[in-house]
Amino acid sequence: MTATLTQDTVFETVIGLEVHAQLLTESKAFAPVKAGFGSAPNTNITPLCLGHPGTLPVLNENLVRFIVKMGLATNCTIAPKSIFARKNYFYPDLPKGYQISQYENPICQNGWIEIEDEAGNTRKIGITRIHMEEDAGKSIHDQDPHNTLVDLNRAGTPLMEIVSEPELRSPAEAWAYLTQIRQIVRYLGICDGNMEEGSLRCDANVSIRPKGQQAFGTRTEIKNLNSFRNVERAIAYEVERQKQLLLSGGEVVQQTLLWDPNRMETRQLRSKEEAHDYRYFPDPDLPPVVVTDAMREEIRAELPELPRQRSQRFTEQLGLPAYDARLLTEEREFADFFEALCDAGANPKLSANLMLSEVKRVLNEQNLSITAFPADAAKLAGLIQLRSDNKISSSAMQTIFNEMLKGDEDAEAIAKNLNLIQVSDSSFLEPVVDEVISSHPEEAERFRAGNKKLMGFFVGAVMKQTKGKANPQLVTQMVKEKLEG
Amino acid sequence: MSVTREDVLHVARLARLRLTEAETEQLAGDMNQILGYMELLNQVDTDGVEPLEHVIDHEPGLRADVALPPLPHEEALKNAPDADADHFRVPRVIE
Repeated sequence: MTATLTQDTVFETVIGLEVHAQLLTESKAFAPVKAGFGSAPNTNITPLCLGHPGTLPVLNENLVRFIVKMGLATNCTIAPKSIFARKNYFYPDLPKGYQISQYENPICQNGWIEIEDEAGNTRKIGITRIHMEEDAGKSIHDQDPHNTLVDLNRAGTPLMEIVSEPELRSPAEAWAYLTQIRQIVRYLGICDGNMEEGSLRCDANVSIRPKGQQAFGTRTEIKNLNSFRNVERAIAYEVERQKQLLLSGGEVVQQTLLWDPNRMETRQLRSKEEAHDYRYFPDPDLPPVVVTDAMREEIRAELPELPRQRSQRFTEQLGLPAYDARLLTEEREFADFFEALCDAGANPKLSANLMLSEVKRVLNEQNLSITAFPADAAKLAGLIQLRSDNKISSSAMQTIFNEMLKGDEDAEAIAKNLNLIQVSDSSFLEPVVDEVISSHPEEAERFRAGNKKLMGFFVGAVMKQTKGKANPQLVTQMVKEKLEG
Repeated sequence: MSVTREDVLHVARLARLRLTEAETEQLAGDMNQILGYMELLNQVDTDGVEPLEHVIDHEPGLRADVALPPLPHEEALKNAPDADADHFRVPRVIE
């Protein structure tokens, strides 16, 4: 096969992702003790977390519920009965000498999600399996020059592993897939999706093959992809490395690589001869996990509307552009806030504009989440209403918005206090317009003779006379009628 | 199928066991006997029989997702061969 490769060979990239998500349960997977970050080392542990003899694991019901929720949200088949397996290896941060995981017959199988490819087309990406497992503790290598320090707070924290089919075809598609997975887990409220803090981790299996070839090329696995940018970069780097290797007559060796974000390259982690032999076998300490039809349907009923469905509804029902709808639905709470505006009667398009410009700006500047936004939906809806009733100008809207964040006053009160209500009363404006025209006879003559650019001059003069409070559309119309009519 | 000396040493390495020559020989023999018995069991027709993963077929026994007080920090580190004030301490493992 490699004999026919030339510089002109077009390669196809084949990517499969394994995503580990740390679940937002209160307690650990098999022990009734706090899970999650932020405690002093070795304080959230029980004898079970330490692997002491005589301890037995008892499964956390939310681990099952969260995984089934994810499985249903990604169109998986839920296994009525699945079992835990032991994955055996030695490492200091794994006191039991094995990780409890699932091997054969995992709890969720054969699902799919939709992503958008680079051309904007919808693509279905298969999900091979989603299974339950526990995390290991943390080894610290850089605090003590002669020793490794071990913190077991994380040992036994529940994880969900989501394995995709090798159906992603570019680094950008891998990014889109991961983004979609992150949005779904956040919508479901089962994982915070923070890659930098490690609550969402990604390994990528990457291979290339000449376009049209059916058989997969030899793949490598890249680990340590701890940000969205690194996922894209590392895969792009690895694809190019494999391509150069094949073109120069070499062969890709199946191996595990580590992405080094500082040197922007992948390097070898484990050689093949040290390949792990995990000796999986069913864990005798844990009975099979049974998901009854009733339990599955109960969980299905709890599913929220997911980001892609919601985005589609926004375009179809509210007439928003697809781009706006997608941005609005990235975060569940952000989309909730937007819907609260619409529910309060605000115009959807104006609401979308305000959310995506001013509201986003304030959230970024003040590093806030939307749930902590200083003005509530009712107040913002009032502001949008003033604008859609044409009672305030677009620049006044911005001024009022900024004022509103400082206190409790509503939009109308601020507009009145700052004298920003637009004058849309033609009986009030008429004498002003008349006066402006009569005091500029020369300009009026030139306008009548066809110099329509002078409209700006007349409107500007009226705005000046009214201290910016006149409704410019109305003034324009009045000037036009008076000079042309 | 028979277990060789190399198989025994491989499994021993994975289990972090150091075996003497005599132990290796004896274990190879023992393992072959066990596998021989498995082959005998393999003669039973098990078509249509669900694999038995667990001897006791009882309810899953799920636990409510509640965090109880942890093991006190001092208790947790007490039995460690080596520790500092916060961590378990082991020989350096990084490559």
